[in-house]
Amino acid sequence: MLNYTIRRLLFTIPTLLFISLIIFLLLDLAPSDPTGNLPLSIPAEVREQIRQSLGLGEPIHIRYYKWLVQFFINEPLNIIEQMFDITIGDGDRLRVTSWSTRSPVVDLVLERMPQTLWVVGMSYVVGVLIAIPIGVYSAYRQYSWFDQTGTFISMVGFSVPTFFTGVLLIVIFSTIVPTDSFFWLPSIYDTTHKVTDLASFGFQIRQMIMPVFVLGLFNAAQISRYMRASMLDNLGLDYVRTARAKGLTENVVLLVHVLRNSLIPVVTVIALGIPQVFGGAIITEQVFKVNGLGHLLIGGIEAADIPLVQTLTFIFAVLIVFFNLIADILYGILDPRIRYD
Amino acid sequence: MPDGAAPILEVSDLKTVFTTRGGEVHAVNAVSFELAPGELLGVVGESGSGKSVTMMSLIGLLPMPPAEIRGGQVLFDGVDILKMTDDELRDVRGSRIGFVFQDPMTSLNPVFTVGFQIMEPLRKHMGMNKKQARARAAELLELVGIPEADARLRDFPHQFSGGMRQRVMIAIALSCDPKVLIADEPTTALDVTIQAQILELVKELRLKLGMAIIWITHDLGVIAGIADRVMVMYGGQVVEQAKVKDLFADPQHPYTRALLETLPSVTGKRSERLKTIEGQPPAIPEQPTSCSFRERCSLAFDRCARENPALYQPQKGHDVACFWDVKTGGPRDG
Repeated sequence: MLNYTIRRLLFTIPTLLFISLIIFLLLDLAPSDPTGNLPLSIPAEVREQIRQSLGLGEPIHIRYYKWLVQFFINEPLNIIEQMFDITIGDGDRLRVTSWSTRSPVVDLVLERMPQTLWVVGMSYVVGVLIAIPIGVYSAYRQYSWFDQTGTFISMVGFSVPTFFTGVLLIVIFSTIVPTDSFFWLPSIYDTTHKVTDLASFGFQIRQMIMPVFVLGLFNAAQISRYMRASMLDNLGLDYVRTARAKGLTENVVLLVHVLRNSLIPVVTVIALGIPQVFGGAIITEQVFKVNGLGHLLIGGIEAADIPLVQTLTFIFAVLIVFFNLIADILYGILDPRIRYD
Repeated sequence: MPDGAAPILEVSDLKTVFTTRGGEVHAVNAVSFELAPGELLGVVGESGSGKSVTMMSLIGLLPMPPAEIRGGQVLFDGVDILKMTDDELRDVRGSRIGFVFQDPMTSLNPVFTVGFQIMEPLRKHMGMNKKQARARAAELLELVGIPEADARLRDFPHQFSGGMRQRVMIAIALSCDPKVLIADEPTTALDVTIQAQILELVKELRLKLGMAIIWITHDLGVIAGIADRVMVMYGGQVVEQAKVKDLFADPQHPYTRALLETLPSVTGKRSERLKTIEGQPPAIPEQPTSCSFRERCSLAFDRCARENPALYQPQKGHDVACFWDVKTGGPRDG
């Protein structure tokens, strides 16, 4: 298993280099102009100078090489310096810098990460925690009213887009419900809010409820269907009859024998879904004004902020590759029939 | 088998019905039989004759719904199993009645070690702790002829061959010293040499441990070599029941005779086509009011369509449900 992991990790290096090149070339092909948002009164030669100062005068392979150096060498060195409070070399390195904000992209990402993890991450956790028991019980009582209701809600949760459910909730809980009511919820996520005491914690919960519910419903709808299907696949198998013939209680049969087998594919699906958490639910973040990573990416695209978009997209790619590896390793751990060595 | 000993298992008038979209299927129709302690009862019949369903319903292993037990009594050690609560029934299953199923490749849980799966009933029914259960599990593996038992307890089912897995299944079934072992076509999925090994093992274990066995199969050859008594089932009913020697020497029911004729003979002419019984076993949508075999029976006459034959005893220990008397070559009277 260790050998396999190391081999896979080594294989990710060329994969990621290739992905970064593709992203770079695609963005370079895009007909966007970083000076396009500047006032029209700026003369053409000044615009040209701005472009030159952003490094756009260099040939493409030089620009790609510089991004590689900045991202893979300078940024990690910088993080190490900050973590251990030391200076490597003269400490003066060129970092990947956002064109529109002039601040290092990695700092921007670290700044936006907590909001995304709180809201989107929490919705994923909530979704998984709801989905697994629902999936198990729906399969165990297939076609019961519980299962039918679950199926209906999943269909709704899965097919109604989050920008609809989100706006619907805002209309109900932020506008129809009076502001002084206990059920009123804020429609705008306040990032500057700090949790210091019970009351402020309560407010944090209140402002998380709607985005977490909207995304959680979507995630739970998806994962509960996988869980149900996987349980149904297993419930009819011979080993379940053997477990019953041994006189084990239904709880043990279901939650030890069947669940352990059914979780194998579901865990993979869950692991593969985690990169999307980091990617932020772009639309939901927009609807509830959560300034997380999805928000950052949209802003970067609108401002033609190529280094920001390039770096963010690449970080998402790294996460996807990484969690693919995690999913494969989990498969090997959960299913004894799979051996990688 | 000691004659006249109180039976360990006494089934009377068992009726099981499946409710399906296409209506009801009466899979078990008033089945009655007895099993003496230490006896090996063979149950034969083609697919769909109700042999597995009978055994599954008497121990509550059928999914309900669609299955439903409509009536009857199953006395195990003098207590009616059908009246037990689910919890009481679970205490009987796996401890006093053991099961071995047909396909050893799928009957074990693939993600748990063999040791864990053998230890489960030991810990549940015998109240053993982990260490005791482990020691007993190793003993059991040795008992069923798996070498290096201690090490193999840590292996997963996929690391065993089919025959070995069936041995593991037998070890699980025997773990709590059951009084009855129900083996549902335990050798059907195995190749012939492994079949022979498993048969030998069961014969040997039976002598050692002295439990009664119900052996379900459609292979008459297996029955001839292992059983004390044979029960032939057709259409969810017992059509003939006799000691193994009597049944093979003097089959009374046309279905039993037809079954025996389908056995290819080693000494017979090669050019001959294999014999079959024409037609399909019937699906039975209601309590039968006529003989369910009559459409495939060459001896059927008008009475077979009017009445369902009850078991008749032409001689002691030999029951047959047929209106035709093979001795006289004419209809039975009464």
